Amino acid sequence: MSTSTQTIEQLASREYKYGFFTDIEQDSAPRGLNEDVIRLISAKKQEPAWLLDWRLKAYRTWLTMKEPTWGNVKYGPINYQDIIYYAAPKSRPAIESLDQVDPEIRRTFEKLGIPLEEQKLLSGVAIDAVFDSVSVATTFKEKLAELGIIFCSFSEAVQNHPDLIRKYLGTVVPYSDNFFATLNSAVFSDGSFAYIPKGTRCPMELSTYFRINARETGQFERTLIVAEEGSYVSYLEGCTAPMRDENQLHAAVVELVALDNATIKYSTVQNWYPGDKQGKGGIYNFVTKRGTCLGVNSKITWTQVETGSAITWKYPGCVLIGNNSVGEFYSVATTNNWQQADTGTKMIHLGKNTKSTIVSKGISAGHGQNTYRGLVKIAKGARGARNYSQCDSLLIGDQCGAHTFPYLEIKNSTARVEHEASTSKIGDDQIFYCRQRGLSTEDAVNMIVSGFCKQVFRQLPMEFAVEAQKLLSVTLEGSVG
Amino acid sequence: MLRITNLHAGVGGREILRGIDLSIDAGEVHAIMGPNGSGKSTLARVLAGHPEYQVSKGEALYEEQDLLGMDPESRARAGVFMAFQYPVEIPGVNNAYFLKAALNAVRAARGEEELDAVEFMALAHDRMTRLGVDEALLNRPVNEGFSGGEKKRNEIFQMAVLEPRLAILDETDSGLDIDALKTVAHGVNAMRRADRAFLLVTHYQRLLNYVVPDVVHVLADGRIVRSGGKELAFELEEKGYGWLEAPVGG
Repeated sequence: MSTSTQTIEQLASREYKYGFFTDIEQDSAPRGLNEDVIRLISAKKQEPAWLLDWRLKAYRTWLTMKEPTWGNVKYGPINYQDIIYYAAPKSRPAIESLDQVDPEIRRTFEKLGIPLEEQKLLSGVAIDAVFDSVSVATTFKEKLAELGIIFCSFSEAVQNHPDLIRKYLGTVVPYSDNFFATLNSAVFSDGSFAYIPKGTRCPMELSTYFRINARETGQFERTLIVAEEGSYVSYLEGCTAPMRDENQLHAAVVELVALDNATIKYSTVQNWYPGDKQGKGGIYNFVTKRGTCLGVNSKITWTQVETGSAITWKYPGCVLIGNNSVGEFYSVATTNNWQQADTGTKMIHLGKNTKSTIVSKGISAGHGQNTYRGLVKIAKGARGARNYSQCDSLLIGDQCGAHTFPYLEIKNSTARVEHEASTSKIGDDQIFYCRQRGLSTEDAVNMIVSGFCKQVFRQLPMEFAVEAQKLLSVTLEGSVG
Repeated sequence: MLRITNLHAGVGGREILRGIDLSIDAGEVHAIMGPNGSGKSTLARVLAGHPEYQVSKGEALYEEQDLLGMDPESRARAGVFMAFQYPVEIPGVNNAYFLKAALNAVRAARGEEELDAVEFMALAHDRMTRLGVDEALLNRPVNEGFSGGEKKRNEIFQMAVLEPRLAILDETDSGLDIDALKTVAHGVNAMRRADRAFLLVTHYQRLLNYVVPDVVHVLADGRIVRSGGKELAFELEEKGYGWLEAPVGG
């Protein structure tokens, strides 16, 4: 018994990869949203008064806002009063063996090559891990603490580092920013906080895995990363969710702040439940992610691989304030079956000689609709600003769609802005060529797709790149012939 | 090794091959010549299983198996290789990675163990040295940005790595300068073996200056109108194709 306990402990200290559903007792707020619910959330988290005020201001602003309709996505009305805004799990998993796990999910595990022991772990077989709105236990915390690096859940940070939170919260994404970010500001439940002190290079990839678990519980995560002068951090975020019948709303906010000469790399592999082959169910992923390059020579790189969700609405952006600062966005977005993605970036050049690079790869299969929407804005004072954008779309089959909406606002005549776009289809001749060499159609498609995405995968940390490639092949399974 | 009987095939409802009979034994090199539009490349593609082409009649037995009933990858795994007339570009996919995957698919079908990256690279370097192919090709994306000559050399290199039993070269010689042509010819000659057969589809006689075929067939209007020894190729070079078509055409 002791060895198996040990194994489980070892496994438990490893990163979580994929989602699952466990029917654990919830400590929930009543359904719906009003000021009392917000007060309840704030009280549950023992928050200081200023934070409650901030939430309430956000809520009152939200009441005056309208859900945006400009996205190139279609979905039915969301009943915001039918959502449970707070749920904390009690740590008693109900699953005793893998037989109780949805066969569809187990099939996915197998396809991704996850060992049996790990499947058990991932499926919540008797592990005291943290689900849902309470953040995943952060690992390596002590080692990081020696360097002065803070990496903890957002709630802990509110308790232990209230000054930092108060200083930076809402400075990148203000509470009044947009409908979904404002909703998040009112009701966010937890998330992650990372702080890298001056001159420190974070020695490991920071990662956290979000998971949607409780039925009909919206997820409102909030992440804040602050990189002090001359520091470096690479942050990984990955997520999955289990089979679902009803749509689930996810409206996260991520804020990044890079001070002088600091670098933040933020990588995401997003694999939430996309809905079934008929387009039923799936996650609505309406996320606001933004970074501010506040200091000179600072740099923020967003890399995302979006394979999941029924609807993806997200535009990780950079506000380049510091002179010579750099913003980068590398994205692969895949839509299969009935998935819809409207994603891209915003690069706002304010400082002098600021540079941004955008590489977006959209893959559409089945009835998937894939939209790139990007804004490059060069302000009057941004002398010598440069942008390079490349948007490529790959179509598989003839029922899907790819759309590109680049917005350019250039207010300084010294700016140099380049935009390249291409749309291609996986050619029958490419597939035949591969098959003539002995590869199956499935392998041929995977190979062609990963070649198409190479520029983006190259930006991901090694183990993430491998995972991303596997996810893509699972996502596109059966999309050709 | 390959026995084709009364093969009729076409594309988009248009019949191009109108009754081909052809037998190739192991160890032989056959050349298929003929004017443009005679069906040479169609024959190559039908044998490789190109999905755009439909077979309406006839059969092709490859090592006693019904070749036409197999999907393209099964044919490749059974040892049928086609060097493409227009090799296809696969952007972003490393040539070495592609070929390793292909080789391992073929090896798995033969019941052989897969090669790991180190073993594969050793094999690839050996073949490149023997063929005199530039090693830089290995690390470039498959055919992307290759010159015409590089693409054809790459096909021959792939053939040398995959070691097929039946190699079909679809106009591999067209558009090549003399050096590239020699590489192609050298590749074929070096691989001639008692248990391997070649089908060279070509418009011109000049490849046959370097690769001496056992049999030359002349294709016209979807049928083989003449078969003979290597001297038939010289005759064609001298007289053109016109003299052949007239008597058979009626």
